Amino acid sequence: MLRTNLKHILSEEEFKNVIEQNENVMICCGRMGPMCIPVYGIMEEIEGEYKHVAFRDLEFDAPHSHVITNLPECRNFYGIPFTVYFKNGKVVKATSSIQTMEQVTDILNKNFGKE
Amino acid sequence: MDNYNFDVIVIGGGPAGLTAGIYLSRAKMNTLILNEGTAGGQMILTHEIANYPGVESISGYELANIMKNQAKNFGCKIKSNVRITNLNFEGDIKTVEVNNKEVYSAAAIILATGGRSRSLGVLGEDNFKGKGISYCATCDGDFFQDKNIIVVGGGNSALEEAVSLTKYAASVTIVHQFDNFQAFPQAVEEAKRNTKINFIMESKIIEFIGDESLIKVRIQNQRTNDISEMNIDGVFIFIGYKPNTEMFNGLIELNKWNEIVTDENLETNVAGVFAAGDSIKKKYRQITTAVADGTIAALSAVEYINNLKVLHQV
Repeated sequence: MLRTNLKHILSEEEFKNVIEQNENVMICCGRMGPMCIPVYGIMEEIEGEYKHVAFRDLEFDAPHSHVITNLPECRNFYGIPFTVYFKNGKVVKATSSIQTMEQVTDILNKNFGKE
Repeated sequence: MDNYNFDVIVIGGGPAGLTAGIYLSRAKMNTLILNEGTAGGQMILTHEIANYPGVESISGYELANIMKNQAKNFGCKIKSNVRITNLNFEGDIKTVEVNNKEVYSAAAIILATGGRSRSLGVLGEDNFKGKGISYCATCDGDFFQDKNIIVVGGGNSALEEAVSLTKYAASVTIVHQFDNFQAFPQAVEEAKRNTKINFIMESKIIEFIGDESLIKVRIQNQRTNDISEMNIDGVFIFIGYKPNTEMFNGLIELNKWNEIVTDENLETNVAGVFAAGDSIKKKYRQITTAVADGTIAALSAVEYINNLKVLHQV
């Protein structure tokens, strides 16, 4: 389990529930490494500002991580974390490797709006 | 965060900045740490820290969290992932503008912005970050199982990471701009002994080419200027660090390497502006030295503010 303050996705079933039950979802699939921790930090920082978005992390080495790593949108990714944004259960954006606050909020604002 | 006026603003939340925050808040200074990234700075990049006195072994992430909580528990405010958009260090009250809107003020400022990995800054580099280009062998090495990769650089990190990447890759080619390495001799020897490692010396990558992911690179020989192309699955870049001081250009004295110049109290050439950590001119850059810098800068700032108060009472 990742040592972050985010809610974790711990099974395939939980993943399905999260994207089915929430209109807007951001999932960061990574490890506790230098490229991933900054993205978790950004998610923790903005979670309160984007209450209409469900923020989750998912451990890259967990058996159920295939729900993210096998997505067609991630097929050319060679850098963790894989960060995937879902709207109504469908992938609207996916990024590979470290992202800045500006890059993350741009994607959130563009795809989910800001309340 | 409604209060915009502080005694001290610390810019940067690595070990130097967090230590300054701990000391300042404990000294009852109203303190704000403004951090452009995640609290912990480069410390969080370290998988295991085994040379921090008093702690036998800890991850950088955990140590950063302890320091952050320690500062917060003394009353220090921390605002992370902000963008510093303007700085004014003139006069007794200095200001820091954040995200083009909020303006924070303080009597003293501590600059602890640390450093960051250098990128090559060549054509295509931004397009293929995470899609073939990486700056972290431990993070992304296993994506390159049985693939052919390049490591760029000639220092200890480059040579050591090249050796570690041979666990995964079919071949590792080290591309280095000079005809000799800056790494320690034992690191060079270990790389040379490894049969999976090849060397392209006196050469630089000048372009990354691909479609949805990286396919090849263009390499220029620095002596002959000849340009060649090489098909490649991945490139790992380890060409050192540079101080995060661009935002201070023209405001305080920087040396030719853009490091902040300070006196023994870690005060810059501007009264009330102090600096600490990897962004200052110094020889050794360790968590322990950053922590020491943060302490000195904080105590110097406290003394500066107390003197300022006395001066204004007279």
